[in-house]
Amino acid sequence: MNNIISYAHIKNNSVSINGTPVFSSEKNATLPEFLSEAYKSMEISYPKFHKMDLQCKLGFLCTEFALQNTAFISENDLTKTAIVISNSASSLQTDKLHQHSIDDKTNYFPSPAVFVYTLPNISIGELAIRHKVTGENAFFVSKKFDAHLLVNYTELVLHDNASSAICGWVEVDDTAYEAFIFLVETKNNTNKNTIFKPLNQLVVTQIYNQT
Amino acid sequence: MDALIEKLKGQIIEQLNLAEVKPEEINPDSPLFGDGLGLDSIDALELIVLLEKHYGIKIEDPKDGKTIFQSLRTMAEYIKANGKS
Repeated sequence: MNNIISYAHIKNNSVSINGTPVFSSEKNATLPEFLSEAYKSMEISYPKFHKMDLQCKLGFLCTEFALQNTAFISENDLTKTAIVISNSASSLQTDKLHQHSIDDKTNYFPSPAVFVYTLPNISIGELAIRHKVTGENAFFVSKKFDAHLLVNYTELVLHDNASSAICGWVEVDDTAYEAFIFLVETKNNTNKNTIFKPLNQLVVTQIYNQT
Repeated sequence: MDALIEKLKGQIIEQLNLAEVKPEEINPDSPLFGDGLGLDSIDALELIVLLEKHYGIKIEDPKDGKTIFQSLRTMAEYIKANGKS
């Protein structure tokens, strides 16, 4: 039995966990400002956060919120934890940032720290490093949030050798951003703060549309 | 030299996104990598870009980096000896 034990959603400068709003900032705050405020609100110290691009910061924070009040990291075998993320824009915003730094041949100083984020699956790497997760991972690019794709692939890896998974959607483009992360386990978790919803397309669509 | 070290502190914090580090917390003689500021390999590349962008210094031999980027002070000394501005 595959269960969703927690989920977090970040959009419109607000964060919800399991459907309950937990943090928000000014509506006119920029994405970098919002992410910085959300990071401070979590009272964690992870200096590498500040080096990440916006997509990685967004995925990192959404995962941290989803993990709050769960025993997901401590209770699961992280060598068997999969990470399955998707989005639409790939790493386009950072790609553009890098392109901008090499447009002018007379002022040609591409940043290595920007260049390393010109792949969407780096956001998976940041999560894996943060939580020492070494299971299978995949990053999919689809036109829009695709519950069918995420559920199908997650079930596949859980049927194979994974016993838990961090899944979701982490999207940053010029005009909009959104992150939706849900945690899946194959066994019942005894932590009373977690929710139990069966992993299927209908449930994932419902909780995605809930907030 | 002290003024250059202070300037470098600000540039390094900005270029390397060390948002949780204050200039006064950086000891000019502490190692930049490992136990000191805890910089990584990407940061090393950023420091090379910083030298070229702000001081017109191009490090031709990567092996030199180990000596130049030992600490903030060694970096400042190298800039003073080789910089264009």
